[in-house]
Order: sequence, then structure tokens, then C-alpha cells
Amino acid sequence: MDYTAYKNPDYFNVDDLLTDEHKLVRQSVREWVNRRLKPVIDKYNHEHKFPEFIIKELGELGAFGPYIPEKYGAAGLDFTAYGVIMQELERGDSGIRSVASVQSSLVMYPIFEFGNEEQRQKYLPKLAKGELIGAFGLTEPNHGSDPGSMETKLTDKGEYYLLNGAKMWITNSPIADIAIVWAKDDEGIVRGIIVEKGMKGFSAPETHNKWSLRASVTGELVFDDVKIPKENILPNIKGLKGPMMCLNSARYGIAWGVIGAASDCYDTALNYALERKQFNKPIASFQLNQKKLAEILTEITKAQLMAWRMGALKDAGKVTPSQISMCKRNNVEMALKVARESRQILGAMGISGEYPIMRHMINLESVITYEGTHDIHLLITGFDITGIAAFK
Amino acid sequence: MKILVCISHVLDTTAKISFTDGGKSYDKNNIQFIISPYEELALTRALELKEAGEGTITVINVGEAETEPTLRKALAMGADDAIRVNANPTDAMFVAKQIAEVVKQENYDIIFTGKESIDYNGGQVGEMVAEMLDIPSITSVSHIDLNGNTADLQREMDGGYEKVSCDFPFVASGQKGIAPEARIPAMRGIMMARKKPLKVIEAVEANLATEVKNHTLPEPKGACVMIEPDNAKELIRLLHEEAKAL
Repeated sequence: MDYTAYKNPDYFNVDDLLTDEHKLVRQSVREWVNRRLKPVIDKYNHEHKFPEFIIKELGELGAFGPYIPEKYGAAGLDFTAYGVIMQELERGDSGIRSVASVQSSLVMYPIFEFGNEEQRQKYLPKLAKGELIGAFGLTEPNHGSDPGSMETKLTDKGEYYLLNGAKMWITNSPIADIAIVWAKDDEGIVRGIIVEKGMKGFSAPETHNKWSLRASVTGELVFDDVKIPKENILPNIKGLKGPMMCLNSARYGIAWGVIGAASDCYDTALNYALERKQFNKPIASFQLNQKKLAEILTEITKAQLMAWRMGALKDAGKVTPSQISMCKRNNVEMALKVARESRQILGAMGISGEYPIMRHMINLESVITYEGTHDIHLLITGFDITGIAAFK
Repeated sequence: MKILVCISHVLDTTAKISFTDGGKSYDKNNIQFIISPYEELALTRALELKEAGEGTITVINVGEAETEPTLRKALAMGADDAIRVNANPTDAMFVAKQIAEVVKQENYDIIFTGKESIDYNGGQVGEMVAEMLDIPSITSVSHIDLNGNTADLQREMDGGYEKVSCDFPFVASGQKGIAPEARIPAMRGIMMARKKPLKVIEAVEANLATEVKNHTLPEPKGACVMIEPDNAKELIRLLHEEAKAL
């Protein structure tokens, strides 16, 4: 039997807060991760290669845009289910979860939310199946935390637009068939554009030599007088609110996802501590290791409760962007600390590719920065509390 | 083609079991339940057969309401409908009697079971159902193809295989190999499973053939004793006096 069992940490019976359907969703993704991803991910990470087979398989599984309605070829699940999917994928690898996050929240979501019916019908079913892969272009070489100052320009030429500029740190860019790109029009208003691979003047060079998210592809999006048909503009959004809404959706998935990475580190560290002996007894018997394990489980439990509540609020249409910021920030920092503490429990073995901890740790160094840096999220909470923006 | 797949609701293979009620029952808190893996493989093959032709797949479980998530998973994998016989599955004879009653009313062409459920490892239900219905039973099936009005099956034997053909209806107990790997329910399948019928029926009367006295776990393994390579005398003494192996 190739059935590989895994039970997530659940110290406060948070599973009781999930429906049977959420648990079935989780079990499906968990089985896929155990069978298909876990056995190969370290090799891909080590070789700095993207496991291309995952696109088709994640499409078949339904992990792309799972909350998009069924009539567009997706599953029509709720947001808690989306969170659970991201959590299981990231138990495998943050890079793989990033691929699914981008496809779901940064490509399918804006087409569904801001696109017209023709655009939805044209792209969403293929994106859901993994027949098309997407990227999202907001960050620029000179504008990261301050996207409102973007320089990428969309010029109206009457029958078409011309797009000029460059985006960087773009997940999926070299393999993407389409990119949702944000640029300023002649009036300085941010607009969303669907750019297709093969358009003249559009290139997507890969960013090499990454120390993090090595099993996902990152690159640039470069636009040199790219002729954009007018029907490729997302008609139902104007302004920076558009990309910010996308990022909220992605951050929501990240806040759930990193619990998976933390849980994998905890599971690895606990098992290692129980088996590894020093001074003729398991290292789990030493107080300093028990302190580490107890604190890790406490932090994971707090993050689980926060994520579940955020999910319930999102499903009820009540979650605020600031709540998502707080949860993303808290949970990513939690996961990174858990990875570092777990690595210590494994001693020297913690740096070995035999165990997933170091891979999770270096991946999380990206996750704590992308989709709003750790500091910016803190300032979003500060703004929410005081009404005074410290980042403007 | 009407296929019935019998589904056992079993403990996860890594579950830590603590017995209650004098060893007659066990604590179900914090235990994950799954479709017994051989039945999951048999269901996967049944789905492949259906997709290659036409027909319907019904899944059945004899169990109380707690088993419904397991049946929903079978529906999410692709089964068309589910039946839960509302009873505590006390022993193999009781379960077989319930399944046989359903088969009598619905006339299935193939009844799949697993070669055994992975909790109690009885391996009896399929053969009992076949006996009660007076139809053939093919055990330990590692491959099955349909060929008009018959099925070609391959059985695992000690050191080899046996190929048999059989007219419908029959009972086949699937084992490893009947499908390459169990199908993982896709998200759309999970959504569709919401709307698929799950019928709950009451059990028919059946006399209990056996009574479970209790269950016990194996003795925990003793601690490993390390002997220095140059201390063979101590090793021999331990083998004589402690392990009593010499």
C-alpha cells in the first residue's frame, strides 16, 4: 500500500471546527503531497528546478482557484477549504504553494472579480485545469512596498494600448502563458491588463541563483512597446485597490499555508527527538528540547486558531484586509521561528537534505517578505489602530 | 453494468489504539478513519471499468452515522450513490447478511470487497455474501477486465498467478494491483459528492455468529541492549539467562 498517513498537530481540537468536507479536502491534498511531492521535492529544490508535472496534477486535483464557481471549471468551495488546501501544499513546499497561490489569488481571482464574462469564459476553465499557467506583475525594480509609484505605463493609441515597463520578482513568469499586469494609464490610474505569452515586445527572463523557493520559477516581465488589444483590459476595476484586493486573497492563503510548513518541521523535530539518543536516553527527555517542542506546538496552535477564525470571517464576507495582514504576519513569523527551533533540535542533521526543515526555513525567508513585507504588515496594523499611516 | 463496492470504515494505519470496556472496544477520540485500502483500490478499479463503458457504482457500508464521511469520500472519488445500513457492524456474518439483503433487491453484476479490512483482518465478508447469494466468489483479485458477458480476473497465488473467467454476477475481493494506486478525490468531486444520494436503511435481523471477548495489544518491544564487541562472554550470558535463546 502506498498510503502514507500523517496526522497534523491539533492540540486544541481545531479539527472539530472544520466540516467533514474541509477534512476531506485536506485529506485529498495531503495524499497528493505525500505521494507525489514529498518523495521528489528535495531533489527539485536541490537542483533549482521546477517540477513541471505538478501543474497538470494540481489542475486535475482542483487546487487552482478552488473558490471560483463551478461554471468556470473550478470547484466552488469556500475560503476555509482554500486555506486548508494551501496549508497542505505548503507542508510539502512553500514554492509549490506559491505556484498555486499565484494561479488562484493573483490570476484567476482578478479575472473572475474584475474581468468581463468573455474574459472569464476564455481563461478561467483553462487556468483551473492547469492548461494555462499565470503570473502577476505588480512589483517593479524601483517599487516594492510602494506599488502606487509604479512606472509601468499603458498608453492609449486609439484601437489598442501600448505597454512599456518592467516587473520583477514574479513567480511563474518564465513559464506563464498569461500575466495579469498592473500599469498606469494616461491619466495615472492603475489598470489591470491580461498580457499573453507571444505578444511582440513581451519577454519573461528567469531570475537565477535564488537561495529560496528554489523549486518554483521566478523571473521578470519586460514590456517593450507591447501592443495590447483593448479587450485585454480588466474592465471592472480602476486604481490600486485592484492589485491590493488580489494581494489580500493571496495573503489569506499564505497565512494558512505556512502552518503547513511549521507543522512539517514540528512533526520532523518531534519524531527525531523521540528517536535520537544522547547520554543513553532520547533527546526528547531533556528539558531544553521539551521547552522547544512545547513552545512550537503552542505557537502552531495559536496560528491554527487565528487562521480558522480568519477563514470563518472571510466565508461570512466580514474579514478586513488588516485582519489578513495581522494573520499573515503572525503566522509567517511563527513558521520561520518554528523552522529555526526545529532545526536546532535536529542538531547537525537539521541542515541535511534528508530532512525538510532547512528547505522550509529558507523558503520562509521569501514568504516573510513577499505579498507585503513583515514590517509593512505591522504598519498596516498600526494604521488600523491609530488612523495614521506610517508608510505614506 | 451495476457495481456494488463494499466499504469498510477503518482506523488509520498509524493510529495509536487504547482499548476500553475491558478490551472490547477502543477510544475513538483523535483517531482518523479511512476507507480500508484494499477497498479503496477496488473502488478505483470499479471507477475505471465504469469510465471505460457504462454503468453505475454504488458503495455500501454497514455502520453508524459516524461512517458517513467515509462514504462521502467514496462518492467524491466518483461513486454514484451510497447506502449505509444503520447498525453497529458486530461481526462478519452480520455484515455479510446486510449486504446480501441489499444485493438481492438490486441485482448487482459485480460486488467488490477488499481481500480484508485492515483493522480486523477478517477477510470473510465477501465470501459469506457470495455463499448467501449462491454466486461465485473470486478472492485476492489483482486484475480484472470485462469481456462482454464475462469478466477475466487474475488472482494472486503463492509464487504466481491464476487467471479465471466468470459470468456475472460474482463477488470479487480486490487486493494490491487491482488498481495502480487509489484515486484521490478531486475538489470538484468533493463538491459533487454533496449532492449525491446517501441512503440510510435499517438493518435486517441477523443472529450473531461470534462474540468478541476482548482485544489485546502486543507486548512492547524490550529495550535494545548494546554489548561491546570484545565482550562476547556477556553476550552469551544474556542469551542464556535473559533471552533464554541458547
